Amino acid sequence: MYSQGLIGANTETEETQEFLDAFQARIDAEIKIEPNDPMPAAYRKTLIRMIGQHAHSEIVGMLPEGNWITRAPTLRRKVALLAKVQDEGGHGLYLYSAAETLGVSREQMTEELLNGTAKYSSIFNYPTPTWADIGAIGWLVDGAAIMNQVPLCRCSYGPYARAMIRVCKEESFHQRQGYELMKTLAEGNDDQKHMAQDALNRWWWPSIMMFGPSDTDSQHSDQSMKWKIKRFTNDELRQKFIDATVPQAELIGLTMPDPDLKWNETKNDNGGYDFGKIDWDEFWKVVKGHGMMNKDRIRARKKAWDDGAWVREAALAYAKKNEKQHSEAA
Amino acid sequence: MTDSSLMPLWEVFIRPRNGLNHKHVGSLHAADAKMAMQAARDVYTRREEGNSIWVVRASDIVASNPENSDENFDPAADKVYRHPSFYDIPDEVGHM
Repeated sequence: MYSQGLIGANTETEETQEFLDAFQARIDAEIKIEPNDPMPAAYRKTLIRMIGQHAHSEIVGMLPEGNWITRAPTLRRKVALLAKVQDEGGHGLYLYSAAETLGVSREQMTEELLNGTAKYSSIFNYPTPTWADIGAIGWLVDGAAIMNQVPLCRCSYGPYARAMIRVCKEESFHQRQGYELMKTLAEGNDDQKHMAQDALNRWWWPSIMMFGPSDTDSQHSDQSMKWKIKRFTNDELRQKFIDATVPQAELIGLTMPDPDLKWNETKNDNGGYDFGKIDWDEFWKVVKGHGMMNKDRIRARKKAWDDGAWVREAALAYAKKNEKQHSEAA
Repeated sequence: MTDSSLMPLWEVFIRPRNGLNHKHVGSLHAADAKMAMQAARDVYTRREEGNSIWVVRASDIVASNPENSDENFDPAADKVYRHPSFYDIPDEVGHM
């Protein structure tokens, strides 16, 4: 009963103050929580929501990029993109598996994605009209994801932390291939350079929104920090990402689409960039389903799930038939 | 507990190279052992992670109950005499 044993099992724990204090003490002592350990219902619920969202993001994230595999300009770019998209599928699997250890089934999570009750990262609701978008996604979207995921490798929930270690190890090539692609375009002719700048203009703001609402408006942050599910706040991670990424753009001759972006030596301890106002109305609009690609993404997922139904049924029927013949022969 | 309409869950173990143990690396869903093996190879060995795979039906694993951890594992804590450093021998003996 490593994990599936929990599905449908009674996971209720009587949450006396003594139990909650002991749980917090364990967290504070950096002792990881493992699948069958007693845990507060809210801790379980938070993790299921968070890991599920993360898994859905990996899976839906394959769609905007998969779109370009057949049109990659060289074989080198094509194998890189194929490998990247395949990795995202794997990452979705690691994460679904981690969520399942908390007692939720894969089928239930899929259902929640398709019926809209579960969310995925809003970034994937933006379209990828040009080849440069593939560079921008690798560099910025994977870059932001890595910034978020590195601290999650120390998450208090063991299976999530272990999945993250694997994901981070695999993901560093994603960002590098994206940046290399952007650099190549930026060094190309005027049209190519323009294409790179245009992609950056469209992806920059959505990328920095990926860290989620500002700390003053984030409904989940405090308790998640206390339980050491998260190690940094949304705003801290966003600032780290901006500080790391702005010089990368400068290095390849691209300009961030933010006139208010300015180095501020006195920011935090070692200086940091001041940046313009984030359009949170746009963020919430996309979260609530009104982005450019929300409907397309879910339609594509639903089609893949529905079209694959007969394969799953056939594989299960075949396995059952074989098992039966096997037991009759024995 | 096992719903027959659900794809069974398998736990995957990989041996990184000869001379090392198989180690748990994760899990996946598959209808039967053959498909579990193929999926494990596709998902868990994309970067030369190993040269041998075990897949085990999760429902076949018998695990200790974390609620019994105290009685299972605490008794070992006060048995220092099971460790070599508990015994005094002359330094002149050298390595033993």
